[in-house]
Amino acid sequence: MGQTFSEKILSQKAGRKVQAGEVVTVSPDICLSHDNSAAIIGEFKKIGVPRVKNPEAIVIILDHIVPAADEKYAQNHKTIREFVREQNLPHFFDIQHGVCHQVLPENGFALPGKLIMGSDSHTTTYGAFGAFAAGIGRTEAASIWATGEIWLRVPETLKVEFHCRFAEGVYAKDAVLKLIGDHGADRANYEAIEFCGPAAGEFSLSARMTLANMAAEMGAKNGYFIPDALTLAWLKARTLLPFEVVQSDPDASYEAVLTYDLSALEPQIACPHTVDNVKPVSAIAGKPVQQVLIGTCTNGRLEDLDIAARILKGRTVSPGTRTLVLPASRQVYLEAVRKGTIEILSEAGCVILNPGCGPCLGAHQGLLAAGETVVSTSNRNFRGRMGNRDSEIYLASPATAAATALEGKITDPRTLL
Amino acid sequence: MSTGRVWKYGDDVNTDVIFPGRYTYTLMPPEEMAKHALEDLDPEFAKTVKPGDVIVAGKNFGCGSSREQAAACLRAAGVKAVVAKSFARIYFRNAINLGLAVLQCEEASAALSAGDPVDVDFAAGTITSGPLTFRFFPLPESVIGIVQAGGLIEYTKKKLGL
Repeated sequence: MGQTFSEKILSQKAGRKVQAGEVVTVSPDICLSHDNSAAIIGEFKKIGVPRVKNPEAIVIILDHIVPAADEKYAQNHKTIREFVREQNLPHFFDIQHGVCHQVLPENGFALPGKLIMGSDSHTTTYGAFGAFAAGIGRTEAASIWATGEIWLRVPETLKVEFHCRFAEGVYAKDAVLKLIGDHGADRANYEAIEFCGPAAGEFSLSARMTLANMAAEMGAKNGYFIPDALTLAWLKARTLLPFEVVQSDPDASYEAVLTYDLSALEPQIACPHTVDNVKPVSAIAGKPVQQVLIGTCTNGRLEDLDIAARILKGRTVSPGTRTLVLPASRQVYLEAVRKGTIEILSEAGCVILNPGCGPCLGAHQGLLAAGETVVSTSNRNFRGRMGNRDSEIYLASPATAAATALEGKITDPRTLL
Repeated sequence: MSTGRVWKYGDDVNTDVIFPGRYTYTLMPPEEMAKHALEDLDPEFAKTVKPGDVIVAGKNFGCGSSREQAAACLRAAGVKAVVAKSFARIYFRNAINLGLAVLQCEEASAALSAGDPVDVDFAAGTITSGPLTFRFFPLPESVIGIVQAGGLIEYTKKKLGL
């Protein structure tokens, strides 16, 4: 019997052949944390070792509340900077870089065959590059800092096959929302998801990141795309580190295989207050919307901003709809400035935020009031997520979000093409 | 054995409603976290929960963010255990690492209602409510060491000989 990607990589790391269901103790290549590093430092100090085990394996990226929104957050950031200096940590990214899930790949840390643990649930994103990447808690991150090790259960694998091509106005975000809506927020709990099929190889890296990012919303431990020529070309410019492409064997065993014909898909939207409450956009079109958020680690890359700009070019967003644009990183921001995308969006009346997590998690920058509705390209619509428990969050693609901003009500982007 | 009462919730109780993001990146002591426990799901909970009470929920409890406060706040509020049909992966790990009992028991999840008297006997592996007794799914062997050590920090200290 062959092995899945996840079984292979955890076998390599454990130094013995393992299969789904076994528990291994392994040393991650990378341990990511962000603003929560302040809390991790507290746990690390309780353990009582003076130095971290492997400074090279620690990546800290400040992104959640940047710049600091109040003095408490400022103190958190200060605590982290002092620790980074004291421990001489080489991979620290301060507030100017952007969201960790974009910045980590841009800096060549998300490589095929690597084992990446992150103290953030959307760590699954790096599966877009063929890494095994899973979210963990703060105490676990502290334990990795101290020991270099973590225990993991080898996951079963769910295979998702994509066939054919998207119709115009339909994107990767619609595909992943449809998948989650069809099968539920816990369908892949504790499992790996391998995204494959002929269409998966045609997805841009940006689209692959959207899918791997949202694998977390199906409960998955990790998502995965087979690294191909596109992946390798992207990585070539970003890393000098050696890596090895790891793929599932043809006779590997899967828990189930789900198949999707993308050509039959129409734009999708996740309705309040769960990510699996998904409907076609056309079914709820017309609902008034007071705020739109385009960006985040799910859909804040150049490709996403360009899709929005194509719809908003030469037009103005509805006066009753505050439209926020949140590029995923400074690199994305710069590319979008140079290309003129930012100019188009700003001229259309969008508010351009600095790269970071911003309002997505409800900490600062554009929170909602009671009774308000937002259409966001982010990954979660839980009650209260964007700051008010009596507001409503809908999740959709950048095209649907931009069309909605223009019309001031939920709008199927195909009506504007 | 002291008896607590049941707080009953549905499927997919997520970490944002257990511990809202607006407090997540501020360091606060556990007793402060307890004041915000389940704030966006059930504002009455934090005001009236008593030590020994048990949360009973449906499937996928704790889905969403990796924030550990979602486990810490319930423990600090005195919750003796969370009983659910199933738990989301990161939440399950966090709860064990922080010493919050997470018990998988489909029968208890279906049978118990809000306000029912309830107790958990960890040694016997049972949940009791009046005349009813349920057996919960034992923890995987790999993590029993962490629970026995009193959480991951203590476990790691032991491992490092500290």
